[in-house]
Amino acid sequence: MSAAAAPTTAHEETVHGAGHAHPGDGKYVQIAIILGVITAAEVATYYVDLGVALIPILMVMMVVKFGIVAGFFMHLKFDTPLFRRLFVAGIVLAVAVYLAFLASMQYFGNDTTSEINRHSLGVPTTELT
Amino acid sequence: MSATTEDTELVHAPTAHTEGHHTSTGVSNEKMGMWAFLGSECLLFGGLISTFLLLRGKGVVRGPQVKDLYDIPFTSVSSFVLLMSSLTMVLALSAVQRGLHRRARVWLLATALFGLVFVSGQVYEFTTFYKEGLGFSTNLQSSAFYVLTGFHGVHVTIGILMLISLFFMSLRGNLPTEKSETVEIIGLYWHFVDVVWILIFTVVYLIQ
Amino acid sequence: MAAIDGPLELTAGDEIQVRNPLGTFRRPTATTGWRSWFTTVDHKKIGIMYGASALVFLAIGGLEALLIRAQLAQPNGQVLSPEAYNQAFTMHGTTMVFFVIMPLLAAFSNYLIPLQIGARDVAFPRLNALSFWIFIGAGLFVYSGVLMGHIPDNGWFNYAPNSGLSYSPGHGIDFWDFGLQIAGIASLVGAVNLIVTCLNMRAPGMTLMRMPIFTWMALVSQFLLLFAIPVITVALFLLMFDRLFGGNFFVVDQGADPLLWQHMFWIFGHPEVYILILPAFGIISEVIPVFARKPLFGYPFMVFSGIAIGFMGWGVWAHHMFASGAGPVTVAAFSLSTMFIAVPTGVKIFNWIGTLWGGKLRFTAAMMFAVALVSQFTIGGLSGVTHSVAPADTQQTDTYYIVAHFHYVLFGGSLFGIFAGFYFYWPKIFGRFLSERLGKLHFWLWFIGFNLTFGPMHILGLQGQPRRTSTYAAGMGWDLMNLLSTIGSFIIAIGFLVFIYNVVASRKNVLDNPDPWDARTLEWGTASPPPAHNYDVEPSATHLDEWWHRKYETDDRGKLRRRDKIEYLSDPNFDASSVHLPSPSYWPIIVAAGLPLVAYGLIFTYWLAALGGLLVVGGLFGWGFEPSVDPDAGHGHDDAPGHAPSPEPEPVAVGAGAEES
Repeated sequence: MSAAAAPTTAHEETVHGAGHAHPGDGKYVQIAIILGVITAAEVATYYVDLGVALIPILMVMMVVKFGIVAGFFMHLKFDTPLFRRLFVAGIVLAVAVYLAFLASMQYFGNDTTSEINRHSLGVPTTELT
Repeated sequence: MSATTEDTELVHAPTAHTEGHHTSTGVSNEKMGMWAFLGSECLLFGGLISTFLLLRGKGVVRGPQVKDLYDIPFTSVSSFVLLMSSLTMVLALSAVQRGLHRRARVWLLATALFGLVFVSGQVYEFTTFYKEGLGFSTNLQSSAFYVLTGFHGVHVTIGILMLISLFFMSLRGNLPTEKSETVEIIGLYWHFVDVVWILIFTVVYLIQ
Repeated sequence: MAAIDGPLELTAGDEIQVRNPLGTFRRPTATTGWRSWFTTVDHKKIGIMYGASALVFLAIGGLEALLIRAQLAQPNGQVLSPEAYNQAFTMHGTTMVFFVIMPLLAAFSNYLIPLQIGARDVAFPRLNALSFWIFIGAGLFVYSGVLMGHIPDNGWFNYAPNSGLSYSPGHGIDFWDFGLQIAGIASLVGAVNLIVTCLNMRAPGMTLMRMPIFTWMALVSQFLLLFAIPVITVALFLLMFDRLFGGNFFVVDQGADPLLWQHMFWIFGHPEVYILILPAFGIISEVIPVFARKPLFGYPFMVFSGIAIGFMGWGVWAHHMFASGAGPVTVAAFSLSTMFIAVPTGVKIFNWIGTLWGGKLRFTAAMMFAVALVSQFTIGGLSGVTHSVAPADTQQTDTYYIVAHFHYVLFGGSLFGIFAGFYFYWPKIFGRFLSERLGKLHFWLWFIGFNLTFGPMHILGLQGQPRRTSTYAAGMGWDLMNLLSTIGSFIIAIGFLVFIYNVVASRKNVLDNPDPWDARTLEWGTASPPPAHNYDVEPSATHLDEWWHRKYETDDRGKLRRRDKIEYLSDPNFDASSVHLPSPSYWPIIVAAGLPLVAYGLIFTYWLAALGGLLVVGGLFGWGFEPSVDPDAGHGHDDAPGHAPSPEPEPVAVGAGAEES
């Protein structure tokens, strides 16, 4: 570890250097405006009939907003990759595990054979609406 | 005490102590700890969101459906307010880093206020829903909806408490530029809570 | 020196109230005596406390197991009523998983990680104390429920809808639910702390691939905890709402699906299995090379197979649910992934065998426990592979075959590994030997008792004896095996008593050499027991198995020989007053005390919850305004200027530490 042996100067650089890499206030305001515009577009979808495209469009906008806040406001774009890895590990794991979970709970459509299985076990499967 | 005054001075020079101790990776323990915690929170909110999705898909036995009660314009405004609180948060951090403490306090307070507006909006939403016949126990959806959004609201409230603490620390002179990392770490938490709301707003409110 | 020289308009005076937060009481200073244990932030003391309290819980959980076995010794047993039987196996499982194996592993992780990576303490010493006290609070909370007669009786997995109010009235499940939520906070805090410690507190030269294997395995398991605890927290949280606030999450009348709980529980539950076993793997991976006098065979493979297990452990949970009607696609997918996870586990087993192969084996008690782990875990692993075959699993589900399987991995695996660790590290931790003679007696009693208890269960299970059933009729052909099993369980109990006696008797066996096993990793280079500051000077690492390389060199002809002079990493004459250590604190135990109060309050009366909440919030504020290193404590510094001191954690979130001499 070079960092370990490095004298105070190097260490000060890490502290202050990180500050310089961050964007300025003007940039932050611009980013916020972009976020605001995307939000407006998101809300607009509520009033427009987009059919099947609705969900993909909303998901893309959501991911973009997420990325912008995490990348710029949370400085992931500028900070050490370690932080990104920690956070992305959590996100990827959460998405993968919960998608698998929802899939096995038949959230994305019925696995018909399992309905039969569960009927035979006496587990209620009625869709109640 | 074996140490001479000179030693002590060196050891206690503010930069050597207050921020970024020398560590194996060069980043501070606190910040890494916060990121690890946020990674963990992903699984927490992921679980609550999936539960909501699943239970919403099951329909209701009695009472109204949550989606019939949404007031999208209202929620859009409060979502926007929360989003902008992320801007004020990052501006507060930038001010602290540059030593502009008065300005930092303004932004900190603004962030806390935006958060408060959001939480009040949520309280208003909950009461409205309740009046329209959607209690916590009414049906599957209502339980899931209140737990998910309420849990997020609790996160925001904790954030507000921390922001107010920062404000008073700054007021009492306990938040010098060397300690800007404290603001940054609490900022991370705050942005995360905002990011979770970006998900909730889309997945819970807009996609029905 | 002024407390803070910030460029501020409103500079407070020198002595802001930071010294005495809230002005309530003075900061603790004791480092010896009983009081020091309550306020300590020393990772070694915390590790010892984890170990000691977990052994108490082990005795309790063991007694519950004996009750179960006594009931099942003969057909139509009369020892326990069916209700009491349900309570006994529920508390046995809950205790053993959450209050025995997890804290025992936490004990080793806390004690060893900073030592192994050459640090003075963990990254956040006060958070470390907080985790411990929260864990204690959780354990006492659950057992306080037992004493009040609120005993959970729905199994450690607590399936819905049986856990709901309509089937489980009374507060037993509530105590279980809150107890695990609180314990989860402890694990989560501990995980964040130890992850940061492993990544950030390593001594110079201690690269990731030079970290001792135990630290590696503990790191992987802390990551698993970090990501698994929130999942169970969600499930427990939903159950709490169902039971106390009229939620509908698991109410079938409302259309709820009981599988929701099963999924949530096992998404946590399967990584949990690896949380329980990986550090034990780590322990024996330290023990075996020392007593085989060979380096660990395939260290990188050991590391990466551990990481692979950590990853794959997330993709196998539904194999606990093959009989629940999860659907053919789900079953097929999870069946495959479960078969695959046997691969990295097999890699580990081959590596241990490779380490033993051709080694100069010394069969100490520690080594015997370690080798027993390898063989017993292999048996448990193989029966595990049979579960992955879904049709076979449907036959095995809810029979004693399953009980046999997970006891072979958790008892024959984890617990044997942990006891290998006890015999191996006892001299390190206490400066006393456990008697080898008694240790071997303990080993044989456990080895025989364990296999006698759980071996026959394979057969019982395949013959169809259902688990979680309080009795069985005569003439089923189960009598003999059950009796053998019960006899085995009492042999295990005798073995535990031998261990306790060994511990008590060890006071006299004082060590004359801090490195009695001629071990390989850094922690053996300091004194035994280590001084509070661990190492006089922060060590630096140039090799994997750093300490070994400091002791041995190769001569001109390439032969290994012991160096003439070995420098230990701590000297009894060292002036420790010059070392900068985090100061003890009252706040962790105060904050921790608030959580069970909140839980009692939510169950019985909200006033108590408010009180507990105040304690937690107030405690956290007091904590935030208390510098981690007491400015009043005398200290100088031994390190060269610019060479910053090792572990000086900061207050967690809202930190306002005034630094002055």
